[in-house]
Amino acid sequence: MTSGPDTTLLPANGPAAPPRANGELVFDAPWQARIFGATVALYEAGRFEWNDFQQRLIAAITDHEAVIEAETSDESSGYDYWGCWLDAFRGLADENGWAGATTLHDMEHQLEARPAGHDH
Amino acid sequence: MTHEHEHEHEHDPRAIRTEALERLLVDQGLITSAAIDTIIERYETDVGPLNGARVVAKAWTDPEYRARLLADGTTAIAELGIGGPQGEKMVVVENTPAVHNVIVCTLCSCYPWPVLGLPPAWYKDPAYRSRVVREPRKVLSEFGLTLDDNTEVRVWDSSAEIRYLVLPERPASTTGADERTLAELVTRDAMIGVARIDA
Repeated sequence: MTSGPDTTLLPANGPAAPPRANGELVFDAPWQARIFGATVALYEAGRFEWNDFQQRLIAAITDHEAVIEAETSDESSGYDYWGCWLDAFRGLADENGWAGATTLHDMEHQLEARPAGHDH
Repeated sequence: MTHEHEHEHEHDPRAIRTEALERLLVDQGLITSAAIDTIIERYETDVGPLNGARVVAKAWTDPEYRARLLADGTTAIAELGIGGPQGEKMVVVENTPAVHNVIVCTLCSCYPWPVLGLPPAWYKDPAYRSRVVREPRKVLSEFGLTLDDNTEVRVWDSSAEIRYLVLPERPASTTGADERTLAELVTRDAMIGVARIDA
C-alpha cells in the first residue's frame, strides 16, 4: 500500500457484491486455496485450536516482514502472505505429527519426480 | 516476471509443498480432498460481505435488533443464520457523527469471515496494518474518506480472539427504504471502516 490503495480494486461505493465480484479474487493461485481449505477443514474437524495456528501465522509473518525489510526499502514488495500461511500450517502439521519434516520432504521429492505433463 | 530457471515444467515449491501436505493429511484420514473443495467453494461463492450487509440493513431498520447487535454481536448475527470460523466472538462497533471506527489486524490477518468473507489483499498488507494505527486519518484519506476534525477515530485491533464489524451510518437520504434495498447499499469497505456509505 505504499503507493496508496489501488482504487480500481477498491470500489468505495456500490452494492456489496458476492466475494467473486468484489473486484479482486479471493485466491491468486490454486495452491493458496488448497492450503486455506485444508486448514479450515482440519479446524472444523476439531483437530487443532485456532490460536495455535494463529500464533504460528503471526510468527511467520513477523519473520517474513523482517526478511523483506532487510532486502528492500519497499516494505510491501514481494509480500508473500499465503507463503506465511503455508509455513504456519507446516509447523502445525509437524507439531501434531501429521507431517514430520522427513515425511514431508519425501513426499515433495516424490511429487517433484513426476514426469512432465502428469495428470493431477 | 523473471524466470531464473527456464525449465518449462518447474513448479512453484509452495504448490508442491501444499500438495504434499494435502496428500499426507488425506492418507492419514484426517481430511478428504472433497472437504477441501467444499470449503474453497464456500468462501469463493457463499461467505462474503453480503452477509454483513444483511446484518447492517436489519440494524438500520429494526431498533431492537440494533440494540441486541451492539450488546452481543455474535448472538445477534447468529439470529440471521450467520456464523462459523473467525466469527465466534463478534463485537459490532457503531459509527456516529462523533465517532468513526475502523478495523485492522496489526499482527496478521484476523478478520470476521462469516460476515465479510476473506480479507482483501490490502487488509493483509504490512503497510495498512502498521499505518492505520499510527496515522488513521491519513490512511482513510487515501481510501477517499475524509473525516471531520471533530470526529474521533477509533482503531480496533482484531489480533486477539475478538473480531470486529463496523456498523456504518445510515445515509440520511434512505428514509423509508426497506431492508433489502438498504442491504444493497452496504459495502465491504464501509463495514471495515475505510469508507462511508453514500446514497
